[in-house]
Amino acid sequence: MQNESLLLAYILVMIAMAISWKNRLEIEKDILGASVRATLQLIAVGFVLEWILTIDRMLYLVLILVVMTAVAGWVSGNRGRPLPYSHAIAWFSIAFGSFATFGVLWYAGVIQSEARFAIPLGGMIIGNSMKAASLAMNRLLAETEHRRRQIETLLALGASPKQAMEQTVRQAAKAALIPTIDTLKTVGLVHLPGIMTGYIVAGGSPLTAVKYQLAIMYMLTGASAMTCLATVLLAYRGCFNKSEQLILDRSF
Amino acid sequence: MTSQTQTLLQVSALCLKKDRPILENIHFSLNRGEMLVVLGPSGSGKSTLLRCLNRLESATTGTVCLEGRCTEDISARELRRHIGLVFQEPELLPGTVFENLGTGPKLIGETLEENEGLALLESVGLDPAFKNKRSETLSVGEKQRLALAQVLANQPRVLLLDEPTSALDPLSTETVESAILKVQKDNNIGMILVTHDMDQARRMNSATLVLVDGKIAAYGTLDTILQSGATHLIKRFFSKQDKNS
Repeated sequence: MQNESLLLAYILVMIAMAISWKNRLEIEKDILGASVRATLQLIAVGFVLEWILTIDRMLYLVLILVVMTAVAGWVSGNRGRPLPYSHAIAWFSIAFGSFATFGVLWYAGVIQSEARFAIPLGGMIIGNSMKAASLAMNRLLAETEHRRRQIETLLALGASPKQAMEQTVRQAAKAALIPTIDTLKTVGLVHLPGIMTGYIVAGGSPLTAVKYQLAIMYMLTGASAMTCLATVLLAYRGCFNKSEQLILDRSF
Repeated sequence: MTSQTQTLLQVSALCLKKDRPILENIHFSLNRGEMLVVLGPSGSGKSTLLRCLNRLESATTGTVCLEGRCTEDISARELRRHIGLVFQEPELLPGTVFENLGTGPKLIGETLEENEGLALLESVGLDPAFKNKRSETLSVGEKQRLALAQVLANQPRVLLLDEPTSALDPLSTETVESAILKVQKDNNIGMILVTHDMDQARRMNSATLVLVDGKIAAYGTLDTILQSGATHLIKRFFSKQDKNS
């Protein structure tokens, strides 16, 4: 690929930033920061990836996956910042969703413990879990603010925080899982997965390709759902103090 | 002078400080079957006082005793059932009127019997035929009365009413006020009604506590307060009310 082509592709990002600036959406800084960060990160990883993919010691593989989880937890925790312990919750939820999924698939033989399989698939699982955790925290905060009166009415009637937050938690979890469920619904119709397409183009059996792709789709859905549920079920407790009062700051 | 055993609610030296003092040295007592009207301008701390009594917020210092028992020794859930709060804008759950009535009992695993529910509806002046109506289809006045009945289903000892008629037209205001007075008479419970409307305070004909800038500016019957040498702030508040009415 020519450098000019890469620059042309970046123009699309600049158009998105311009639209945001023009309409005062205030997301242009986020887009700029994230795109610059992605460029730098990919350049850095490009140099070490070859070495990473040759790692054959299990301990190093696990360490790399733990570091990936820590970074994902940090980024996702920032999304839920008004919530107490948001980083710890995000890290634990992502680790729970990712490692449970990874463990099951490794045990089932879908993922092999070689770095060239484990690292890219681990990255996919952790990345999807991170998106689920970020969305879950974001939705939980928004739903709590939106339903503040309902929550306080229930508390005033003698509800526990869990009872008062039941609908809020349900709505937040549902909303956070929309991208995952919609992807699952449209796979093969709208979304043509790269791994399956690549396998068939390379001359592999379509049935085997479908099996691999389904395993990956189930893996991503499972990881996202587990992460999302762990996030909302842990995070809602942070909206209350010991006296069971809603303490979430209105100004977030 | 009321003896300690007859006192339903005793509030002493209650203070709430956030970035500035919200409530300062609030003290009063309430007996069973009595109503206390808390009157004051917007932002004077009236609603916050009720939130502190229902423990949706915690006072910085001071004590609240319910039937001689310090509320610090009562769990938040139990306290909120004993000291029920009706909000300024009723927030009902999606569902039927009867389902909404049964919310409080359901929270502790109990079921509201049909005859109890119908009696509650009657007690707040709502037609018992409303029981299967969706809560979303009720008028604001009906919603407010349903919210009142919803709290009563918990059989509270004290009922806190936070400007229950502020969003209502005069006719609905009259209906809700009648429901409040009927509930007070029928249930023999203590009530604290918060309002910024002096006419409403007059209609309630009860002991009145005037709250200005988080402090008690006057306490007694409304007539006594008006006749006594009211402070500059109260005078200003009352004169504004008279001009508006």
